[in-house]
Amino acid sequence: MRTFEYKAPETIDEAVSLLKEAGGSARPLAGGTDLVVQLKERATRFPYPATIVSLDRVSELRGIDFSETDGLRLGAGATMTDVAGHPAVRERYAALAQGAGVVGSLQTMNMATIGGNVCNAAPSADTAPPLLVYEAEAVIVGPNGRRTLPIAEFFRGPGETALASDELLAELRLPLPPSGTGAAFQRNTPRKQMDIAVVGVAVALTLSGDTIERARVALGAVAPTPLRATAAEAALQGQTANEETFAKAAAAAVQDSSPISDLRASAEFRRHLVKVMTARLLAEAANRAKGSS
Amino acid sequence: MPKQLITLTINGREREVAIEPHWTLLETVREALDLTGSKEGCGTGDCGACTMSVDGRIVTSCLMLAPQANGRQVTTIEGLQSNGSLDPVQQAFIDTGGLQCGFCIPGMIVAARNLIDDNPNPTIDQIREGLAGNLCRCTGYAKIYEAVELAAERIRGGA
Repeated sequence: MRTFEYKAPETIDEAVSLLKEAGGSARPLAGGTDLVVQLKERATRFPYPATIVSLDRVSELRGIDFSETDGLRLGAGATMTDVAGHPAVRERYAALAQGAGVVGSLQTMNMATIGGNVCNAAPSADTAPPLLVYEAEAVIVGPNGRRTLPIAEFFRGPGETALASDELLAELRLPLPPSGTGAAFQRNTPRKQMDIAVVGVAVALTLSGDTIERARVALGAVAPTPLRATAAEAALQGQTANEETFAKAAAAAVQDSSPISDLRASAEFRRHLVKVMTARLLAEAANRAKGSS
Repeated sequence: MPKQLITLTINGREREVAIEPHWTLLETVREALDLTGSKEGCGTGDCGACTMSVDGRIVTSCLMLAPQANGRQVTTIEGLQSNGSLDPVQQAFIDTGGLQCGFCIPGMIVAARNLIDDNPNPTIDQIREGLAGNLCRCTGYAKIYEAVELAAERIRGGA
């Protein structure tokens, strides 16, 4: 690695001032499992930073809180281990616990943060489809204060986010899922751990009896950003939760995707996975929804 | 760039070290503190040969910057033995022959010790999952898993 200046602020405001002062030549560092690799390989999507603003001493970034009224608040600096192991996440946001629980190895999960996974903006990010189906809101802090953005608008392209160079992702807020909701996440990888998703799918279904009152479907690694599969959602809305409905929605999800062929898989295989995985996950989410109410 | 001082507790001993900010924890431990048990395999967090425990959680030290370790408790393979006796995990790897070239073993043993501390009676699947971040290119893992099972058994028995 080439050298850089290293700053370790203790508050969000201090971190934002440092980023502003640097005028685009600084980069915030969270767990380092993506950024440090990119620095070593000189493979950053931005000029090599003159300053690293490490967030590891900013304790206000690390909390996870849950309440029955406000839902879940995840500090951007919460590690994958913290997120995947948190009782409220496991119980109320099961698809997110699943996504956070498969990022790399235990070593990776102990370092990597939820905010880092989102800000690295890989189309394959394992926490992105779950955050999309739970309609997470990104709380962003900059020199002029706070703003919020739906997570779907946060992702702009591979490695590209809505953040300006002097802004930080401070937290993610996930509203309480309506009662009668079941959700699930799955990714396809040749290896169970320590691999990158060929395709990732998350779904959340809210049932009233057998009727689908609300459906959320999100896909990873099949487009320039993780995305909501809106055609699939429309095919589910108001329908009866059964195999036929799920098959139609799975076919619609394929239309929502625009995968490429790369070293991990062909576009054709990715489309096949979107269909198979979406149908299976919808059935699983429906079972969970029935179990929850 | 001038060096800066950090203080860390390495294997129970507090040390002050002069570092440059772009050094990794692994480089610092191997080159400034002269503890060369931890290895650099890939340098990109994939192989786990550099695994250390930081504040009780295992990390790939090749991806942690030295200043991030300031004030932290770091345990390396050298810190597992006590009073000249090997850790039961180290002894079990010797007794089962759970190694060939040995390069991955320091990281493997630090990860295995962490796994057993969290779960004293791991199933084979839990061992596989716990060691998924540690690659071995020689043995095919069968004897490594055997070593971890034996170590867990001995530790449960009070070793």
